[in-house]
Amino acid sequence: MTTIQLQKPVRRRPGTGRRSPLQGGPLAYAVLIGATALFVFPFYWTLVGASRTNAEMSSASPALTPGSNLFHNIGEALQQAAIGTALVNSLIVACTVTLGVVLSSTLAGFAFAKLRFRGRSLLLAVTVGTMMIPPQLGVIPLFMVIVKMDLQNKLPSVILPSLVSAFGVFFMRQFLIQALPDELIEAARVDGASSLRIFWSIVLPVARPGMAVLGMLTFMATWNDFFWPIVALSSQNPTVQVALRSLGQGYVQDQSIVMAGTLIGTLPVLVVFALLGRQIVGGIMQGAVKG
Amino acid sequence: MAITTTTRSPRPAAPVAERRPRARWGARAAPYGYLAPFFVLFAAFGLFPLVYTAYVSLHRVELQTSQQMDWVGFQNYTRLLEDPFFWNALRNTFTIGVLSTVPQLVMALGLAHLLNYKLRGRTFFRVAMLMPYATSVAAATLVFAQLFGRDYGLLNWALSSVGLNPVDWQADTWASQIGVSAVVTWRWTGYNALIYLAGMQAIGHELYESAAMDGASRWKQFLHVTVPGLRPTIIFTVVVSTIGATQLFGEPLLYEGNAGGGISHQYQTLGLYMYEQGWSFFHLGRAAAVAWVMFLLIVLLALANAAIAARRNRTDR
Repeated sequence: MTTIQLQKPVRRRPGTGRRSPLQGGPLAYAVLIGATALFVFPFYWTLVGASRTNAEMSSASPALTPGSNLFHNIGEALQQAAIGTALVNSLIVACTVTLGVVLSSTLAGFAFAKLRFRGRSLLLAVTVGTMMIPPQLGVIPLFMVIVKMDLQNKLPSVILPSLVSAFGVFFMRQFLIQALPDELIEAARVDGASSLRIFWSIVLPVARPGMAVLGMLTFMATWNDFFWPIVALSSQNPTVQVALRSLGQGYVQDQSIVMAGTLIGTLPVLVVFALLGRQIVGGIMQGAVKG
Repeated sequence: MAITTTTRSPRPAAPVAERRPRARWGARAAPYGYLAPFFVLFAAFGLFPLVYTAYVSLHRVELQTSQQMDWVGFQNYTRLLEDPFFWNALRNTFTIGVLSTVPQLVMALGLAHLLNYKLRGRTFFRVAMLMPYATSVAAATLVFAQLFGRDYGLLNWALSSVGLNPVDWQADTWASQIGVSAVVTWRWTGYNALIYLAGMQAIGHELYESAAMDGASRWKQFLHVTVPGLRPTIIFTVVVSTIGATQLFGEPLLYEGNAGGGISHQYQTLGLYMYEQGWSFFHLGRAAAVAWVMFLLIVLLALANAAIAARRNRTDR
């Protein structure tokens, strides 16, 4: 009895016979576990480094397990590279950017997905086309713009250029084409709802799952952004990534403090990831199928 | 009160016929209203800089006096072509690109194939595989630089403990390029695996069934069912990672912490070379020329990809 009950849910697909071609064998598990170890090991190593002294890290036979120096190293890292300021800055930047990207993308994505207007295909082509162009290409004029606006070394210099995202618009468009039935909008229009009202009480609720995924991806990308913040911000008013760079740049490098800084900079995203990992995986796979 | 504020009320305050023209005008303008927040910022901070880079590249612009631009024509470009470090960076971008993209995509394909099996803990594997994607370039590179350290790095310790000679992962050209590529590969393999997995799940289960009925081994199934079914996805990932490889910047910058890309520029990429020109040597005009060369390179690669894909399709049919 029990064996049958245990086996049943595994063979759910109809027509899948005894030798299902997609049944994983022990070899599959072995390879996957090995790969997982490789993917996770650098995180473990960060923890080891961050909790040891520099002397322990730079010896002929390095320590392989976490030590007891974690809080001392974190304190040092906080002092050396303005990581406290950096954390607050990164949080402000990432939250503002996420909010801006999600809102502007949902608005524009809805228009591209469901409304008819002049120039729609041209504007969409421009939006999608620029996704292929590396952001580094525009960095020099962008730098000149923020110097002119006197925003250098200030947070708006990092926030403003990231507030909208072509990828976000495309992502929300794809999501809304599928998730929002035309009849729903038609019905609301027949009932006399205004355009703004349609957006507020029909589009927004439907768009919420897509907005959540886009929000998570945007938060992670903004938190981890490196190139533009390095150019626009100084090490006195850094984001976490800029602060990490100045930690790694010191003349006498204390590896344990570098690792402690890395740990602090990575932890917030890892927490987000631990809580929402499943949804993030789903979001990336969803975006991939459509893209 | 209630009648004027709620549109859902059964009896509208104004007769429908009277409200028509305004409502229609509103409906026509509304789409542009939705697009406005995006396009205003997009034009200012996205499109304008892209186009303006070409203009800047034809000028002498120095970082400290970035508002002053002197027309120099194509001088920035001719200087580039005479600079051996530019050619060095171009070569490095290519070799590091191959060293990181090829293993990354091959491993991703294999892992996706395994993840497509019915497995216990499949969600766990997927999440674990995507964890590197959640880390930043800076964090990942700093940790890998430590692992690849010449004197006290874990990797060299492991090599010497099995009796092999330690490798100078910093000064040696190939070893340092492998080190930089390892960071890229580690961060992006899981991401690509998930994209392949999504593509694989769109392939009909019956195809595997019938292939198995015909006596095809798993390897044959992989070659003749999975890979052809994934072709669009594979092309997509090749294009995306090629573009990514062309722009590689953070990894070589932080591998040893300077903009030169190693003592003898042995792993300086184009992205890093551009940064060095602009923000270490203060020549923004020259940096803009590098950016424009990078763009042309990407266009060329995209065209080559498209041509190969088209040719493949023709020979298949």
